[in-house]
Amino acid sequence: MTRPLQPPKRKNPLKRTRLPLGPQATRSRTAHGLTAAAAEGRFALQVCLDCGTVIYPPRDACPSCLSARLPFRDIDPSGRLVAETTVRISTDPYFRERTPWRVGAVKLDAGPVIVAHLHDDTTEGEAVRLALKLDKAGAPVVLALPAQETPNMQDDPQLREMTCDPKFRRVLITDGRTAVGQAMAQAFSEAGASIVFVGIADPWKPFAGIDALRRLERVEIVPLDVTDSESVNEQAQQNGGRIDIVVNTAEHTRAGGIIDRHGITVARDEMDVRYFGLMRLAQAFGPTLRFRGADGVNSATAFVNLLSVHALANWPAYGAHSAVEAACLSTAQCLRAELRAGGVKVLNAFFGPLETEWFQTVPPPKVAPAVLARAVVDALRRGLEDVFVGDVAEDIRARLAVNPKALERELAS
Amino acid sequence: VIEPRSPRRPYDGVVICAPVTVPYRRFSTNSAHWWIGRALRELTKAAGLRPKDLDGLSVSSFTVGPDTAVGLTQHFGLSPRWLDHVPFGGASAIVALRRAARAVEAGDVDFVACVAGDTNHVDSFRKTLSTFSRFAQDAVYPYGAGGANASFALITKNYMNAYGAKREDFGLICVAQRDNALAFPHALMKKPLTLDEYMAARAIADPIHLFDCVMPCAGAEVFLVCREDAARSLGLKAVRLLSTIERHNAFPEDAIQSRGGWAVDIDELWSMAGVRPDDVDLLETYDDYPVIVMMQFEDLGFCRKGEGPDFVRSHKLTADGTFPHNTSGGQLSVGQAGAAGGYLGLVEAIRQLTGTALGATVKDAKIAAVSGFGMINYDRGLSSCAAVLAGSA
Repeated sequence: MTRPLQPPKRKNPLKRTRLPLGPQATRSRTAHGLTAAAAEGRFALQVCLDCGTVIYPPRDACPSCLSARLPFRDIDPSGRLVAETTVRISTDPYFRERTPWRVGAVKLDAGPVIVAHLHDDTTEGEAVRLALKLDKAGAPVVLALPAQETPNMQDDPQLREMTCDPKFRRVLITDGRTAVGQAMAQAFSEAGASIVFVGIADPWKPFAGIDALRRLERVEIVPLDVTDSESVNEQAQQNGGRIDIVVNTAEHTRAGGIIDRHGITVARDEMDVRYFGLMRLAQAFGPTLRFRGADGVNSATAFVNLLSVHALANWPAYGAHSAVEAACLSTAQCLRAELRAGGVKVLNAFFGPLETEWFQTVPPPKVAPAVLARAVVDALRRGLEDVFVGDVAEDIRARLAVNPKALERELAS
Repeated sequence: VIEPRSPRRPYDGVVICAPVTVPYRRFSTNSAHWWIGRALRELTKAAGLRPKDLDGLSVSSFTVGPDTAVGLTQHFGLSPRWLDHVPFGGASAIVALRRAARAVEAGDVDFVACVAGDTNHVDSFRKTLSTFSRFAQDAVYPYGAGGANASFALITKNYMNAYGAKREDFGLICVAQRDNALAFPHALMKKPLTLDEYMAARAIADPIHLFDCVMPCAGAEVFLVCREDAARSLGLKAVRLLSTIERHNAFPEDAIQSRGGWAVDIDELWSMAGVRPDDVDLLETYDDYPVIVMMQFEDLGFCRKGEGPDFVRSHKLTADGTFPHNTSGGQLSVGQAGAAGGYLGLVEAIRQLTGTALGATVKDAKIAAVSGFGMINYDRGLSSCAAVLAGSA
């Protein structure tokens, strides 16, 4: 049984911070099919379209019939742990710090044998279910979990290395004035975060929800204005060294496309809050996050972007907004590459229209802020990089995969 | 339906001679080229040949990159008319031998120097592990980076579960090899090893403990393949090649490796050789881990599958014992000089059969069996091979 995680002791500021390391991240191009599945929390392996063989490790020819038609498909993750070992001596600096480390050979019911990391509650000879995870280096790995849920299983040290569980971590919600910001604060408080810093610009200005926000456990309201570099830097100096998860909830959503708008004032505001706001946050908090990626139980672990799914395909009714979101998506990709060296994940949560005033005229289905907040917490617990929240987001993703051109035409009508 | 194969033609008038070892070192600042070059020079001296007489060359090495055998011809100033590169790890020696033997027999070449050499820089072992194969890179090394220790830990654990082998049984193999090694001048392990010490050693990757593991080192091994009359004219003591087998990626359906490719070809090995396992005076197995030694005892026909533990309990495995095995100490006690590790047993067998053993000697040895095993590409060793040799006397 997994021992419940103990809250970390107060850090001795005189002690050296352990620097982040990662396992080897190099993969063949084909193996990045696993990366794509792991990023979304699916368990997918190659399946031969000609003979049905399920294939692992990833290959470029089927070992049964030599076919090259080997797409990744979601696979039943059940199997049996045939043999296990505990690695006590490792040549790799990352694992040297983390031994003893259990690995084992799992015979998947679907066919292949997979060498996998082992959750502590797995037992040799017994059933397990496999999950694809992104390890500290951001590379895809297979983790064997017990077939049934076990007490405290989320606290397993291996699992925690591959996920961004908010439990006992300190979170910054960058804007608490919005409905989404307040829902995030509540969700992270409930998820066991040890402190939830909630940024408020111009705290003297009253806003709806302030009382409820103050009543939340372990919430601390702090001054933060993402459009003001000085404010962002000040907050980073104040609390940056003890923030493990940044959730950027700053939003600026206005309807309308490009040519029917007059001038660029609105667009400039959108860019200032969303694009430059993200850049200010990344520059102020990013270096410390990256430095603290292996800093114990409450190591820095994630930067969360909330992105309109229309970052992926422009929705002309909110055309300028979509363009700004696309800029933020591209920024997030860069940030992901830059934070990877510290083992810090960038989670992009894509959502459709929200149940907020800025989408008042848009018909349902819409995403309630609390649903988005719970989805973000769940995605962090699972260690995902991309999560699609709500029916519209799922729909856009599916249509984009089939025919981007059709989607472009249909979003315009 | 494919017709049954015609029986293999026996080897005719091909011999192996001039076994040479370049003494091993734990770490070396020299390159693989230096080790291989030194082996070839020692070979020419031992055989009484000039370098340019070597019209055939077969090279095995993990650390000679970016060069291949082709580049080495210019490096060494050789102009061979027959050239081979056998990067097969523990299967290198026998695979190189069987190719060279057929080429000599056909008259394509007169003298093939079969050489394996590797260097061991301070960090080269880790680098070799992390880039050993595409599957290792994608699906093994990121899992604890335990290297072959972890892969063989799973194979050993599965074998113990299936056949009731105990750590002590593997210890008997390691302890006997250490006894042999104490008399072998090139062995890096010079201290006696008791079963108690074996059992008390620290765990590396359970159930693998320290004395189940080979020590990576630098070194080179070489031998010469030529016609029997050529060896005679040079005055070289030589051994005859009776039979060989080779198999890759056998039994992919086994969830975890519990047998090697020998089991596919074993009947052919003995029928081609015209001898039985009982006729064998010494066996040199590939011993990167004792579990694979036990599998070779079984798969080569010295006992049945699952009887390996009983076999080691009921035999004395030292050079003077009831079943002389890895008589120079094997890699477990001599050291694993990269691909030269695959040559160690064959070179030792040549010495024993020609009465030129450097250490412990098997009395009246006439027939030797040698087996090779190599290349943990993903979860198992893919290559297996074996040869039966006879002394010329």
